[in-house]
Amino acid sequence: MATIQSIAGELEPHPDVALVERVRGGDVSAYDTLVRKYERQLFRIAQHITQNREDAEDVMQDAFLKAYEKLDQFQGNSKFYTWLVRIAVNESLMRLRKRRTGKMVSIDDDIETEEGSVPRDLADWAPDPEQNYGQAELAEILRKTIQGLPPGFRIVFVLRDVEGLSTEETAETLGLSIPAVKSRLLRARLQLRERLSRYFRKKKGLKETKPKEAKPKETELGETGMEK
Amino acid sequence: MTCKEFLALLDDLIDDSVTVEMRAELQAHLGHCGHCEIILNTTRKTIEIYRSHEIYDLPNGLRDRLHAAIMARCKEGC
Repeated sequence: MATIQSIAGELEPHPDVALVERVRGGDVSAYDTLVRKYERQLFRIAQHITQNREDAEDVMQDAFLKAYEKLDQFQGNSKFYTWLVRIAVNESLMRLRKRRTGKMVSIDDDIETEEGSVPRDLADWAPDPEQNYGQAELAEILRKTIQGLPPGFRIVFVLRDVEGLSTEETAETLGLSIPAVKSRLLRARLQLRERLSRYFRKKKGLKETKPKEAKPKETELGETGMEK
Repeated sequence: MTCKEFLALLDDLIDDSVTVEMRAELQAHLGHCGHCEIILNTTRKTIEIYRSHEIYDLPNGLRDRLHAAIMARCKEGC
């Protein structure tokens, strides 16, 4: 089945290709369709990287304008969306750099942390743990938790797991090797899991209440309980 | 298989990119290791929660404003 799909995928060009061709031919309304299709994703990605709403608005606009200006440079050997994301990631990093008064910012910052690479919190989670929180409260927990990740892990997790890019597309977009993407993704997933455990683990008794603030040392187990 | 070896293949298992033989080995480890089972399930849940909850919403009003600004600039030739 997978083989049949991949052959069909090779024969049928992505619908974006036809839209890009129309834009190149001077049809601005085709670009309107592309912008509408991807503006939410680009905004989310920019917000995840810059962690600032105004910056994300600017990045989204600048990325679409830059893509429009440089459309002739789009080769078509990658997906239009992946190409667009690459522009948005670069714009986001430039915006961060400006905010940090010229200090270099890259996706390699702070990746040397060992946190989460060996799971410590081995408590099981409650079934459907997100049901214990209101929508706004849950969104705040998820935001705070992912914002705590080093940028190089956060970007990989967002592109792979939230926006659904493949490992190869994520590597291409970020200029990383495939093993680097895989290694960062595993550590990002484990760190997020570890941090969310503080909120989602099964309650042991009635006295236990929802944590107001994440305090790692209080909930981590002293012994990992894992085989070496 | 040790827990360390299991963890090294955790992503491949989650992303369904393991061979049949490897999957059998991983399942065999899960059969006697409750800790790794918890790690697998809660990691899957972590991904699912982030995938299904929009934590940075783009309200329609703002979306329309940004969209109009982009298209106005494009029509002017940027």
